[in-house]
Amino acid sequence: MSKQGRWEHFEHMADIGVRGIGETPEEAFAQTALAMTAVICDPALINPQEKVTVEIAREDDDLDGLLVDFLNAVIYEMAVRQMLFSRFQVSIDDHRLKAECWGEPVDREKHQPAVEVKGATYTELKVARTEEGQWVAQCVLDV
Amino acid sequence: MDISQLEPVNECLWRISPTGKMRAPVLIFADRELVQAMDDKVAEQAANVTTLPGIVGACYVMPDAHWGYGFPIGGVAAFDPDRGGVISAGGVGFDISCGVRTLGTGLKRDAIEPVKQTLAEALFSTIPAGVGSRGQISLSEPEMDAMLAGGAKWAVEQGYGRPEDLERIEEKGVMAGAVPSEVSAKARKRQRREMGTLGSGNHYLEVQVISDIYSPEKARVLGLDLDDVVVTIHCGSRGLGHQIGTEYLKKMQKAAQEAGIELPDRELACAPLNSAVGQSYLGAMRAAINCALANRQIITHLVRKVFADLFPEANLALIYDVSHNTCKLESHGFDGKERQVYVHRKGATRAFGPGHPALPEVFREIGQPVIIGGSMGTASYILTGAPESEKLSLSSACHGAGRRMSRRQASKTWQGKTLISELEHQGVIVRSPSFRGVAEEAPEAYKDVDAVVRVADKAGLASLVVKMRPLVCIKG
Repeated sequence: MSKQGRWEHFEHMADIGVRGIGETPEEAFAQTALAMTAVICDPALINPQEKVTVEIAREDDDLDGLLVDFLNAVIYEMAVRQMLFSRFQVSIDDHRLKAECWGEPVDREKHQPAVEVKGATYTELKVARTEEGQWVAQCVLDV
Repeated sequence: MDISQLEPVNECLWRISPTGKMRAPVLIFADRELVQAMDDKVAEQAANVTTLPGIVGACYVMPDAHWGYGFPIGGVAAFDPDRGGVISAGGVGFDISCGVRTLGTGLKRDAIEPVKQTLAEALFSTIPAGVGSRGQISLSEPEMDAMLAGGAKWAVEQGYGRPEDLERIEEKGVMAGAVPSEVSAKARKRQRREMGTLGSGNHYLEVQVISDIYSPEKARVLGLDLDDVVVTIHCGSRGLGHQIGTEYLKKMQKAAQEAGIELPDRELACAPLNSAVGQSYLGAMRAAINCALANRQIITHLVRKVFADLFPEANLALIYDVSHNTCKLESHGFDGKERQVYVHRKGATRAFGPGHPALPEVFREIGQPVIIGGSMGTASYILTGAPESEKLSLSSACHGAGRRMSRRQASKTWQGKTLISELEHQGVIVRSPSFRGVAEEAPEAYKDVDAVVRVADKAGLASLVVKMRPLVCIKG
């Protein structure tokens, strides 16, 4: 992961928007997932000690759709494993995405999780390259 | 919202006439103040909904509406399957059948006040709430199928509650037409440890006191009097519903494209009701409604256990259970003709008026109880469906206060710890696993619930019966 990657949250009345910015789509995706973790708790509190891999294959070349699929796959792993992730390594090859998600089981005392993410939505969804050449990946989460 | 784009119909109703691709008007139920405070996105999203095929009547916008995804939260729209009508997963939402139920306790406020702290601790330690909490019940696959088909009735049969509870739940506790086999393995897995859990975000369990009575006759039918203590539970279908919402939002992108439906917003993804995807979603969504009903029933059982330990004289009888994220097949009149239509209510409560055949005998004369949850520390209300609501809004009313500030802004504005001590000073004990979660749900991050219900009453959607003030609030 390069050092330039960063994430931010943006306003949505009912919920919250997550945005990842990076040199490549992969890095922007990874940062968006980190922004999603930050909706739940401070990512710095999560020890990236355990790896979970998610893989997605789409039939089309819809990069926007791939972002929603990716975030929903991470939401699913968080829910069924009761884990939180603080490091993501994403690779995208044509219509396929593979991500290594590093984290640990939820510890309510340690992580103080504020809210559960129900799903990633198509609202304010965008994966695009800015004029400066950076990649931005964003959408609104339902919490 | 810029009100110059709206035609005022009366002081509580505004209209946007169809233009461009709109197939029906938008009707916004709000007074000037509420409509001005609404986000412009509400009008835009409601107008988008009216472009979907087979819409009948209008897109109705409730007084608590705010910017959602696809549909506005507080949006109601009906579709006729015989006229190419659609069903939209986004029009129901991720938290399928999220809803509210209120239980009487048979106790007065003075019985609770001295032991409020103990009660708060007991409820907080008994009812799993927040991220990382787990339910005590783990269902095998056949049990999961039975729960998805049987809803609250299944829960009662398993010993979580009383048979008489079922009369006091919409659909008598079981949503007909649920197809458990349409619920994916992933949705089932996500639910495995979540039966009987509250969830997080705006979900809560409150011990409340009846502080005001607007209609003594109706309050008597509900079995409520001043100073009575009640318990209100707000939660939904948990991970199972969220997963179904996620999966069908994706499937419906493709289904809409294949059916040649032009979507103004991807989030409005939908499928014709008379299509394989439409029917399969209906089966899965109805199963998720049953999951939500079973979930609230199990939580009710846990609440009863806590009260039985602390107050042996208490009797926690269910007053009513309403869902506010649903799509249901109902009969409504359009141009003098009754038609069977699928009514989406996203952040809106069904509010059948007096005499409606779907109501249990006890509520036939007063109309369906409509439970409005306020924000943490503010008031909640029970109203009943008004006779005019059928014509005005397909028998629909508001569901809560509605946000006026984003979570991000709220958590920057308030500190959870300070809020908890301020509320305690006002006599409300708040227990939550997360301080930030409390800050994000700050009372002032929501609209004034008093104004919302006043308008619902004045507009003729539902009539005010009682007001409840919180004593204890368990936040997820």
